[in-house]
Amino acid sequence: MIYFIIFIVLIVFVILFFVSIYNALIRLRNQVKNAWSQIDVQLKRRHDLIPNLIETVKGYMTHERQIMENITKYRSQAMNAQTVGEKAQAESLLSGALGQLRVQVENYPDLKANQNFLALQEELTATENKISFARQNYNDQVMMYNNKIQMFPSNIVAGMFNFKEEEFFELKDQTEKEVPKVSFS
Amino acid sequence: MWELIQSNKRKSLILFFGMGALLILIGFVFGSYYNSETGGAVGVLFAILLWMILSAVSYFGGSKILLSVSGAKEVTKEIHPQLYNVVEEMKIAAGVPYFPKIYIIDDPAPNAFATGVKPENSAIAVTSGLLSTLNRYELQGVVAHEMSHIINRDILLMTFAGMMLGAIALMSEVFFRGMYFGGGSRYRSRSSSKSSSGQAQVLIMILAIVLAILGPILAQLFYFAISRKREYLADASAARLTRYPEGLASALEKIANSTHTLRTANKITAPMYIVNPLKKEGMKLADLTSTHPPISERIKILRALQQGISYKDYQKIYEMISGKKEKIIPDSALKEAIPITPLQSAFTKEKDFNPVEAKRQTGDILMKMNDYQFINCSCGVRIKVPPDYNKSIVVCPRCGRKHSINNLSS
Repeated sequence: MIYFIIFIVLIVFVILFFVSIYNALIRLRNQVKNAWSQIDVQLKRRHDLIPNLIETVKGYMTHERQIMENITKYRSQAMNAQTVGEKAQAESLLSGALGQLRVQVENYPDLKANQNFLALQEELTATENKISFARQNYNDQVMMYNNKIQMFPSNIVAGMFNFKEEEFFELKDQTEKEVPKVSFS
Repeated sequence: MWELIQSNKRKSLILFFGMGALLILIGFVFGSYYNSETGGAVGVLFAILLWMILSAVSYFGGSKILLSVSGAKEVTKEIHPQLYNVVEEMKIAAGVPYFPKIYIIDDPAPNAFATGVKPENSAIAVTSGLLSTLNRYELQGVVAHEMSHIINRDILLMTFAGMMLGAIALMSEVFFRGMYFGGGSRYRSRSSSKSSSGQAQVLIMILAIVLAILGPILAQLFYFAISRKREYLADASAARLTRYPEGLASALEKIANSTHTLRTANKITAPMYIVNPLKKEGMKLADLTSTHPPISERIKILRALQQGISYKDYQKIYEMISGKKEKIIPDSALKEAIPITPLQSAFTKEKDFNPVEAKRQTGDILMKMNDYQFINCSCGVRIKVPPDYNKSIVVCPRCGRKHSINNLSS
């Protein structure tokens, strides 16, 4: 009888242990999902800002047609992207094109003095920052989640209930690798 | 993050309970001084009650009182888009669901503080001097520091600790006044017939006087110790949030070099600010009595965060620079092994910052907050109309064009 009770107690403990791991996994997965939706919100915000930006800049930057076409093209690519990988690629192309535009703006003093453009520039800076911070938070969450899935003993529970590792969201910003241009004006 | 809050609480709770014990001891001794049989218990009860009342007041109205005492005004995104955006960026970086309210204090001294006992109704206040001296990165660093105070639940703890300090100071004050008017002497003369309890009475009296003098000082040391720990932790969290410690470092440098002093700060509110508004530089000798770690040390630590900016790196560099073995970051946070590299990408660059322009913009923002109207004349002049201007037409001072004023709400 006494062994039976000990046995039952042990079983209960093991079950409780597994339940707590399961709950932790669920919580982490939801955090990852939530972090992803934060990135999505900011990416959408950037997409919404771009037509406005093109409209403001068009009148001034008559020689930069190629850059503006690229921005429009990458924007629509990014908006149609489905998977995390696709999205990351399209968004980094878009970031690169916006970076090129930023470099060119230096040659247009009239544009730099335009109130509309200044306000827009602040919005774009903020949105780009928000994207990087949302991405930073997302990647941290993904790492914690993936660690939990790979580590013992939570990997047993993860395997039983089919928790899958999540993909990191990496944006490769082309302008970061470029050597900064020096001008003596 | 969650674990950090937990163990963070535990660490500070030890100091907090130390302070509570002091409060109870003072209550007991002062009570015994007046009545040796039941006074002790009454004193303890009184001390705790006093602390609870003060805490309740500050819990339910604290941030409002603090903000109105400092003369802070709430800002919206329309008034200052950059400040609003920077706060939102930090909210996103931290991945928290709440959005603190944003306030501006009209004061040339650059400083900032966070308030609100619950993260859901927290607020971040910055001075206009801060806005006109810092560029975007530096502002981000400061906001990240304040945001960290909110996330780490520092404000709640500091509020309760501050009220404990207040209760102890108040009781000492009352005790001294009571002694001055000879309140305790009646009981003493009655019980001094028995020699043994008379001796005890004298002992209690000496202890009471000593505690009345040392109690507030000791409580202040506890309070400052708690405050200092949170400053380091908030710096570390800020570096981690922004991934750009240089922003906060150069902001601290600019704040330290400012010659202005904040008009609205006092002893109780001083620990709330990012940099101690009452003292120019945290001195080595005054380490114990300082609410903030020496600012030069904070800057040095932030600048030394080269390889990475996880909590582990911060702790390591803190030990290296200060030469102390003291744990400033809770253990659970040290385990976190995110190899963090500083983040560098933004639409604006450092050189875009123009101090004159920034001062002018901050002036405009303050005017907007005070319901000034802005009219852009086609000759390029920007006319600022004060809210008490009662005519319906304003004439441009340069070209003489007439502009009508739309809404005369006032």
